[in-house]
Amino acid sequence: MTGDTVVHAEGLGKRYVLGRRPAVHDTLRDALSSGARDVLRALRRRGGTRATDDTVWALRDVSFEVRRGEVVGVIGRNGAGKSTLLKILSRITEPTTGAAWTRGRVGSLLEVGTGFHAELTGRENVYLSGAILGMKRREIARRFDEIVDFAEIERFIDTPVKRYSSGMYLRLAFAVAAHLEPEILFVDEVLAVGDAAFQKKCLGKIGDVAREHRTVLFVSHNLVAVEALCARALWLDHGRIASDGRAGPVISAYLQGASPVVTERTWLPSAPAPGGGGVRLRRVCVRASDGAPPDRLSVHTPFVLECEYDNDQPTGTLRVHLQFYDEKELLLFDVGPPVEADASAQGSPTGLLRTVCHIPGNLLNDGRHRVALTIVRDNVPVVRHPDALVFDIQDSVEDREGWYEKWPGAIRPRLRWDTNIPVR
Amino acid sequence: MASLSERDPTTWIRPSTGRPTIALAELWRYRELAFFLTWRDVKVRYKQTVLGVTWAVVQPVASMLVFALFFGRLAGMPSDGVPYPLFSLAALVPWTLFAQGMSQAANSVVGSADLIQKVYFPRLIIPVAAVGAAVVDFVCGFAVLVGMMPFYGVYPTARALWLPAFVVLALAASLAVGLWLAALSTRYRDVRHLVPFLGQLWLFATPVAYPTSLVPPTWRPLYGVNPMVGVIDGFRWALLGTETGPGPTLAVSVAVTLVILVGGALYFRRMERVFADVV
Repeated sequence: MTGDTVVHAEGLGKRYVLGRRPAVHDTLRDALSSGARDVLRALRRRGGTRATDDTVWALRDVSFEVRRGEVVGVIGRNGAGKSTLLKILSRITEPTTGAAWTRGRVGSLLEVGTGFHAELTGRENVYLSGAILGMKRREIARRFDEIVDFAEIERFIDTPVKRYSSGMYLRLAFAVAAHLEPEILFVDEVLAVGDAAFQKKCLGKIGDVAREHRTVLFVSHNLVAVEALCARALWLDHGRIASDGRAGPVISAYLQGASPVVTERTWLPSAPAPGGGGVRLRRVCVRASDGAPPDRLSVHTPFVLECEYDNDQPTGTLRVHLQFYDEKELLLFDVGPPVEADASAQGSPTGLLRTVCHIPGNLLNDGRHRVALTIVRDNVPVVRHPDALVFDIQDSVEDREGWYEKWPGAIRPRLRWDTNIPVR
Repeated sequence: MASLSERDPTTWIRPSTGRPTIALAELWRYRELAFFLTWRDVKVRYKQTVLGVTWAVVQPVASMLVFALFFGRLAGMPSDGVPYPLFSLAALVPWTLFAQGMSQAANSVVGSADLIQKVYFPRLIIPVAAVGAAVVDFVCGFAVLVGMMPFYGVYPTARALWLPAFVVLALAASLAVGLWLAALSTRYRDVRHLVPFLGQLWLFATPVAYPTSLVPPTWRPLYGVNPMVGVIDGFRWALLGTETGPGPTLAVSVAVTLVILVGGALYFRRMERVFADVV
């Protein structure tokens, strides 16, 4: 018997009906008219079965077990079923198929401030929200001072929360939830809100819960936080479990899954290769300048992109242009060598040639990057390779100062600053 | 290492099939939440108002004045030998309890959409708490009613001990109808438009402005199909001493209320499976 299992899911599935939700209509009139349409349609194609392609499985055949004290990160793209899974385990919505059980007191934190009412004071909201999250009145009373301390809002505890700053509101709301003391905690993207200090506090609290040998299921897009907090990760893809295991490998696998990483391509002289106009590609690769393996490039690591190609024509100058795209297919920049970089001003020699582009550290943001390559001869494109290289730039936790959200922006340069200089 | 103790409950999560149950035991475990939700509704209702809880008596008293003028004075409506203002207020106070409870319950589930999508608790708590919030207003209205009685030289008798039973019947009736409307409103937003209209029609179908004695005696048990007939007859009998004491009409009202209430609770429980998906 699996004595220490506290969450058990077996074949969980959740089906939603697209467009027209399951026989739901905003008004009776809609229901009547759509009902009439259905009747007409049914009459027209008599005996024909209704198409079922307007349903979607948000979750499909999900089975896993969580043991007491485990902290499991649930990762996956938008719409992969992460939130649906949490909603089913929190009993907010029912599964369509399968079954699950949880053992012990469950606390679910699907948003910060569940049940808060703007007109009520901080004190009143602590009680209300506590009760809604499943605390008994006596428990709330016993922990009230602790909650207020944690939120750091003593002075405003009898002020309606609508007069709170958003930071105060979040702190109080999280403080209530943090003192829920569940044996199993389901958390969904709580870190998506709030400032750095607040996020640090939230993460710290989740870490505390884990240390107290309680069980946490933590849904997040934030891979840095998942890797920092969770020993185990569950990767959902299109509603199914794509991978389940130690957090590091699962996260790596998830990152690869986006569009496959290619840090090196080689073409043998005899094999067909991208080419034209007397130029043939032989090799492209990405390489960290410090010798680190190319799948461990961090935002700080300088690296190089190398391109080798055969040149058969002695006339004209070859130039390699690189276009950098981020994972959202945004063109970050398009670079080519400046004129003075050419080794031979009189034109490119024949034979096997190499062009190296040096990318400084602290330029690209973290995430998957695709490099498209174009070789031009005297401004005429002769070779194109749209996904010559695909590589990941990884975030580094060091300089985050407790802030774990995705760093915004297409690039992430480190610039020179002169700060706080007294001005006469 | 902490092991799983006996009191660690195992919660099963699976698609519900078959007939719903009301799950009263779970409802009872969550009674504190019902209290807090009621308390919130009451607290919020009169925040930032000048008159505050006075509003709770304005509605029945204003209706009484209008009724007394038009029906009592101008139309000369019979009132079973009781001064007409008292006669109508004794009905308006429980009527307001019913009508307010019903409309609050009807809108409660859609109004709690964000809660329903973010946290689990027995959904029946929501309409129950909404009806509960109407009780505070009722107590205020009732105080005015009792305060007015000596003014007309009417004093309560031992019959007044029956009053709590009629209050419970009014609450049950309002919850019964409210449950149906609340469950329907998650699918059909029409309910929001229907409720005020339903309340108005129902008011005329209930002996608030007129006495039950206008209805021929043989039809009265059938009249009792409207549960509020039993409630208001009871109120007038217990408080004002009219001849509308407990009888077949009340029995019919109680039976009808029970049927609608249990049916409503089961319907609500069946619909609640998809609340989070449709609300």
